[in-house]
This record gives sequence, C-alpha cells and structure tokens, in this order.
Amino acid sequence: MASPDRRESPWLIRTYSGHSSAQASNELYRANLAKGQTGLSVAFDLPTQTGYDADHPLARGEVGKVGVPIGHIDDMVTLFDQIPLDRMNTSMTINATAAWLLALYVAAAERQGARHEQLQGTTQNDIIKEYLSRGTYVFPPEASMRLTSDVVAYTVEQIPKWNPINICSYHLQEAGATPVQEIAFAMANAVAVLDAVRGRDDVPTGAIGQVFGRISFFLNAGIRFVEEVCKCRAMTALWAEIGRERFGIDDEKQLRLRYGVQVNSLGLTEAQPENNIVRIALEALGVTLSKNARTRSLQLPAWNEALGLPRPWDQQLSLRTQQILAYETDLLEYPDIFDGSHVVEARTRELLDEARAEMQKVLDMGGAVAAVENAYMKQALVESHTRRLRAIESGEITVVGLNAYRETVPSPLIADGVSSIVTVDEVAEREQIERLRAFRTRRNPADVATALAGLRDAAANGPNVVPASIRAAHAGVTTGEWADALRDCFGEYRAPTGVGSTRVSASGVRIDAVRRRVDEVSEKLGRRIKILVGKPGLDGHSNGAEQIAVKARDVGMEVVYDGIRLTPNEIVQSARDEGVHVIGLSILSGSHCVLVIDLLGEMRKQGIADVPVIVGGIIPDDDAARLAAAGVKRVYTPKDFDLTKIMAEVVDVVADAQAYGLAGR
Amino acid sequence: MNESEAGDLSALLDSLAAGDRAAIARALNLIDDRRPAQRESALELLDRLVSLPRFERARRVGITGAPGSGKSTLLNALIGSLRDRNEGIGIIAVDPSSRRSGGALLGDRMRLGGSAREQGVFLRSMAARDRLGGLADATQAGVCVLSAVFDWVFVETVGVGQSECEVAQLVDTLVFVAQPGAGDILQFMKAGILELPDIFVVNKSDVGPMAERTRGELIAGLGLSDERREDDWVPPVLLASARDQVGIEALVDQIETHRRTSLASGRLEQRRIAGSIAFAIESLVRRYGEYGLERIGGLPAVERSVERAPSRSPFRVVLEVGRAIERALDGK
Repeated sequence: MASPDRRESPWLIRTYSGHSSAQASNELYRANLAKGQTGLSVAFDLPTQTGYDADHPLARGEVGKVGVPIGHIDDMVTLFDQIPLDRMNTSMTINATAAWLLALYVAAAERQGARHEQLQGTTQNDIIKEYLSRGTYVFPPEASMRLTSDVVAYTVEQIPKWNPINICSYHLQEAGATPVQEIAFAMANAVAVLDAVRGRDDVPTGAIGQVFGRISFFLNAGIRFVEEVCKCRAMTALWAEIGRERFGIDDEKQLRLRYGVQVNSLGLTEAQPENNIVRIALEALGVTLSKNARTRSLQLPAWNEALGLPRPWDQQLSLRTQQILAYETDLLEYPDIFDGSHVVEARTRELLDEARAEMQKVLDMGGAVAAVENAYMKQALVESHTRRLRAIESGEITVVGLNAYRETVPSPLIADGVSSIVTVDEVAEREQIERLRAFRTRRNPADVATALAGLRDAAANGPNVVPASIRAAHAGVTTGEWADALRDCFGEYRAPTGVGSTRVSASGVRIDAVRRRVDEVSEKLGRRIKILVGKPGLDGHSNGAEQIAVKARDVGMEVVYDGIRLTPNEIVQSARDEGVHVIGLSILSGSHCVLVIDLLGEMRKQGIADVPVIVGGIIPDDDAARLAAAGVKRVYTPKDFDLTKIMAEVVDVVADAQAYGLAGR
Repeated sequence: MNESEAGDLSALLDSLAAGDRAAIARALNLIDDRRPAQRESALELLDRLVSLPRFERARRVGITGAPGSGKSTLLNALIGSLRDRNEGIGIIAVDPSSRRSGGALLGDRMRLGGSAREQGVFLRSMAARDRLGGLADATQAGVCVLSAVFDWVFVETVGVGQSECEVAQLVDTLVFVAQPGAGDILQFMKAGILELPDIFVVNKSDVGPMAERTRGELIAGLGLSDERREDDWVPPVLLASARDQVGIEALVDQIETHRRTSLASGRLEQRRIAGSIAFAIESLVRRYGEYGLERIGGLPAVERSVERAPSRSPFRVVLEVGRAIERALDGK
C-alpha cells in the first residue's frame, strides 16, 4: 500500500514572519525561501493592521514590532523585491484593512508585470474573529462585512486563484474556545460571509458555488492531538453539509474544506521553553495525520515565542520540524490511516453533533454578526477561557514545566538572556516615519486627492472599494489616509468585551482568603479597592486583560475595564477620573517599554504618580528590570499562570502604597 | 475637622469651581470614603457645594432601561449633541456589584468609548455595592459634586425596578430607554416602572416598524395607568436611533421642556426636597440605625430639618442631626 512513488505532495510550508521594515522583511523572506520554505506568510505591524500611518500618535512604539510596516505602495514593492509574484503563494494576515493591503499587493504585482489571474494567495479578511479575539477591527460589523464581501466579490471575478477570506477558528482557540465552539463559531462566521456575498447585486446567483469553493479556513491545533484529528474531520463533514443543505452546492471539489493551520500558541510555556519544541511537533502531527482532513498549509510558531520575538534560528527550527514530518516520515505515503477507526469515528460524530447544535443556536439568534453584537460568542469564549485557566491553577490540567514537573536545570538555550530573542531596534520606527514623510513629498497631491475622492465614493455608494483602492495605491495614498477615508464613511466601533456578565465565578479557600484581604485593605482605604485594567497601544489581544478583569472582580475589587487601543494619556486620564488605587496594563506586542514609560511620565504630569502600576505581557527579563527601575511595581509574564496569586500580590501592592499614605487620595 | 483640613477643603472647593478635573476626581474619592474623618470632610464639602451659584443651574438627567436597550449608545449620541453646543457634561454610571465577592465590573467607560474622554466630559463609574438593583450609595453626593462643575449631569443605571425610584429622586428628569420588541412593555407595567419616567425613548428606531409598534404599546400602556400624574406632565414617548443620530435633538428639547415645566410648577423644588430628605434619612439610618433616629424624633424631625436648612442642604442636616443623635445616644 505504501510506496515512495505514490507519495503525496506535502502541504505548503510557511513561517509567519515580518518585522522592522519592508526591506528587512524582504531579506528574511528571501532567506526563508532559499531554505526550502514554499510559500510566504506576511505578518503586518499593528498600525498597518488597524489603519494608521507610522507617525500617528496611536502608532507610537508599535511600528515594525509584531510585523512589517506597510504604509504605501513603495513599501509593498520593496517587500516583494526579487520575489516573483506571478509564481509566489502569499498569505497575508490582514483583516480590517484587507481590501487595502490586497490593493497594494495587486498594484505591486502589476508593477512587476504579473497578471491578475496569476496571483495566488490569501487575505485573512475575517473580521468576526477580530471582534471576538484578535482585536484589530476598525469599523462597525455591518460595514466590515460589506468590506469583506467586497474583497470576495472582487477576487472571485478578477483573481480566481486567490483565497479572499480565511475564516479563523485559530484565534477562537487562542481565546479559549473548546473544539465544539471552534467548529461552531467558525462555521456560523462562514455562513454570515456567504450570506453577505449572496445578497450582493454584483455577484451572479450561479456563482455561489464558486464563492463557496474559494472560502478557506485557518485552524488551530492544540496538544490534545487525537481530538484535534477528530475536530478536523468533523469540520470537513460539517462544511460539506452546509454547502449542500444551505447553499445547494453539489460539486465535490467546491464542497471540500480547505484549511491552513498554525499550531497552538496558547499552550506554549515560558517555563522550560524547550518543551515547546515537542509540543509543536505533536500539534503539527494532529493536523497532518488524517489524509482526508489534512491541512493545505502549515505554520509552526517558534518554541520561544512566549519569551519575545524569535530569531531566524528559532524560525528555522520550526521550518525543519515541518520538513522532517513531510520528507523524513512516511506520513505522506498512506491513504487516510483513520478510515475504519471506530474510536476516531465516534469522537468525530460527537463533535459534529454538538457543533451543529451550537452553530444552529448562533444562527437562530440572527447569525454570527448578531452573536458578536449581543456578546453571546465573546461571553462563551471568556467563560471557556476562565474554566481552562482555573483548571491549570487547580492542577486538573497538567502543563509540564508550568504546574507540574517544575524542577529544572538551567536551560542552556536561554542562558544568553536578551540575545536569545530578537529585539526590534527603536530606530526602525524613526526610519519608517522618515521614509513615509519623504514618500508623501514625492507624490502628486492632485492624484492623491482624486484617488481619495474615488475611494470615498466607492465606500459610500458602492459597488466595490477594491478597484478604487488599487487606483489609490498607485496614486500614492497611505495606509492611514485609506483607513481615515473609510472611518469618515463608516465610523468606528468598540466590540463588546464579554467580561461584563460572565457567569463563571470562582470559589475555594484560596480565593476566599484573597477576598478577605481585599475587604480588609478596602476598609483601611475607606472605599473598595478599585483597579483599572487597560491595554495601551494597538495590540488587540485582549484575552489576558479580560481574564485579569474577571478575576479582579471575583476577588472583590471594583474593576474599570478600559478596553483596547488606548494612548497612555487616555489611560492616565481614565485612572484619575475614576479614582483607582492601582493600574493594570496588558501589552503583548513587544512595545511595553515605550508605552509604559510614556504612561508613567503622563501620570506624573496628571498628578497621579502615586498610583501603583503593574504590567503583564510577553516581557523579557531585561525589559522587566528596566520597567521595575522606571517604577512599575510588578511585572507578570506567561509563566505567571496563577491568577489568584497575582491578585493577592496586587492587593499587597495597593496596601503598600496606602501604607505610605499615597494611593487613591 | 482641624485647620489644615479646612484649608484643604477650601482649596479643593476653589479648584472644583474652576473645573479642575483632578479636583473633581479627588472630591469624588472623598465623598466615597467611609472613614469617619473623611466622611465629615465630605459632608462639609458637599454642604458648601450646594451653595455655589452654578449648582442650581445644572440639568440632572437619569438614563435608565433594561440591559441591552442601548442606554450607552443613546448617552453617547446625547453627549455628541450637547458637546456641539459646548455644554459641559458630567456622568455617573452605575453597574451592579457581585453579591458573592462584592466586586464589580464597571464597563461604561468602555461602552461609551471616545466620548467619555472628550474635553468637557467627565465620567465616574460606580458600583452599586450592597444596594441590590439600586444605586451606588455615593451617587447622590456624586451628582452634587458634578452639578457644581458641569451644565449637564447624567446618571446612567440599569433599570430593574427599585433603581428607578432612587434615580427619580435625585434627578430633574428621568429618561427611560426601551428597545423595540413586544413583551417588555407588559413587564414594565407589572413592575410599576412606567409611573416614574418623565420621558420614554424607544431606541434603535432604525429597525423599522417594530419600534413604531413598541412606541404604540407604550403610549397605550401609559394611557391605561389609573393614576394621573400629580404634575400634569404627560410623558412623551419618542423614537430615536442612536446609531443613525435620529431623534437626539428632539430628546434634548423634551428634557429641556420638562425641566422648564417642572421648575415653573414648583415640582422640581418638591422633587429636590424629597430627594434630599431621602438622602438624609438613608445616611443617618445607615450610620445610626432606626434606633438612633428615634432618639431625635424620627423621620418628621429629619424632614423638618431639611426644609429649614440653608439651600436645603441634606449634607448639613446629616452632619448636625448626626451630632444630635450622637449626643442623645451618649445620654447627654
């Protein structure tokens, strides 16, 4: 049965990457391709993802941090210098501004001489999960769904090999989703997109099968890899079922679930980080084992990403892991090895039935958009996540090196401290701003004005913003200008947080002790301990901040949850106006030093320098020391999984500040 | 209160009168502070605030309604409209506390988004604490602090019955926000909620006929009410869409009209006195118990004190009656 001649060709092997500048990222991409990577996966920085130019106040500290900054056509041309776009397959993790980055990509490809029908790749373009987990949304749901469907309608017609949308269950699992929620919410999301496209005048009725066939998914794979195999199989079955029953499609090829995977980051630990190498390999196995439900493309995170930005060597290890799986093992030589397995079939059937019911529940309440607006899905995720963290705290779930088997010899892999991760040079931001300003002076203002007028018209009156965006790209419109034009037209949006009414509440001896301590300190303060939880900068990954907010409420604090995308100035103003006793910040984008130090300065200016500040995030030891020196009272990183303990320490921090007669005067 | 504290208080008062945000925040911290010395200072401060000239000018508006009715979005739209006229706005937003832990998630700053951060807008979130379904105990004092600084003071709270009564007593105009959809109305009527609000708004009118129908049901429900309001005010039932910025100006107009009418009829005065009495009794009972209150002649004595007090300041009354109770309890 097995034979080397009949070896399947492997999935697309990618590494999610990009940082600092278009030029630095271009060099990285070309190096990765030379090492045998077969596709590109572009990570954009947060200003690009949320539609701000590098010199916007909200972009401060974020430029080039979690990805490459793309401010205009010249950046895009540089990014793909010497990379032939007529042959490359490029995945772009871009959502709220997907139509714009697609336009820049198309414009850059046109300048290379590539034809539209040659272009292959993916725009993530999945806004629902941005509201639920990732946080880089900009516009209200209705306008966002319209932009999403603009990209779908345009590419189905003009760039037939493009995957216009990659429905992400990935981020749902990162936000705490169970496998059933992951399947159900992703499917409800896809149905919402298909319904939006089906309702358009410019998409022919008969084209829905073609649209269905172009929709792809982006899944997560956790460490429970047997269940993950079943999840992939259940999802494949449910997708075909939806295609047949809801959209009347019978073409088997169109009905086939196509998905890519990035394996789980949620389960990667900062403690004993080398253990992650094994976790990643096992997780990769989960989504490649079953031939009938095998991923089309795979990205593996770096083993040390909970510590900071991975180095090229760390990324190479992830790439080699994939290559060993694809080329050394006999994985690709067999038909589906689970066909006929009662065990796998039974678990798959269970997941399928539960997911179908949960999906129906969402559809019954008006679909995925309604379930974002009424916070149903968000609340469900926050609750699942709370349960998971509680299970880790209690030891019910074992995480090796974190809550079990913690004894360890020093790891030689991280002995070098700060040199075992990449730090983005602060200079990158300044240089990007300089390039942007030079670019602005080079372009023809009249062309820009015309292009922006055309864009506004297309946004307000339709039918599709993509052609106007491509013209704007060529004319030299910047990312901030493109998004501002649409913000003027559509407005902005803040998604429900799901923390307000979460029904999971804690109990137990440890939490009771913290509650008593909160009562006692509150009594001394004269009023109940009030904490502000917020996220400065553009990072929208709010799962951690939400869990902290829920826990703080559970131990008896009054919690002002200030949400995402705030400037240090705004957070300080909130803290002062609300009269809080302590400020808790969460920053995962790597911009913690700049943002926190700005914030401390702002606190001095606004007269609340005496309120203690605690910070959580992916913060390397050296930076933690720097923050402590600047006045931060506590720094928490992913290894601090015990939220009850964190809360006990927060109370101490408040009590200490009070002992000096300071906090919350 | 010693001399330096008195000096601090004067300085705080001056900064408040000048509209200094840090001072507003400090004053709100102080009135929320339960320690005895701070409580004294707070009452002193409040008593002096009440006599500030601009205090009477502030329009106090309660915004209440079931969860999900769109109170925050409506308030957002109101803020936008009032800011266009350059009016200063103070907001107290009340969220329920967890009965189990005593903690609370205060989400209004997030829900109000950008408008809570605008120049000329000040938001303080408060937890309802032990007041089940009711207001934070510092709400009334908070309204007083903000009234000394801003042209408009809003109190936003989830409406579930009891809180309506409490809010009604401390604002000039109570706005009830309903969302389109049948069924609710019957619940409102059962709960007796429909008797208190001065203005009804059916929000989300962008959903179409459903909003119209809900408005019709509300009007019919109000018509069925046995009791005619003693002030002869017929509560208008408005349609609005905070999303599409429709009906917001009409709402502002109605709030102004209601206030003018009740000021002219003397109703506003009565309402404020009733609110002051309720506050005084509530504070005294919390501190000294029913027994303590009986020592100095019970509720009627408090009522008389409030009516006699300069500017009818309930805070002065709480201080003075409180001292009287302490003397009585000490048997002096």
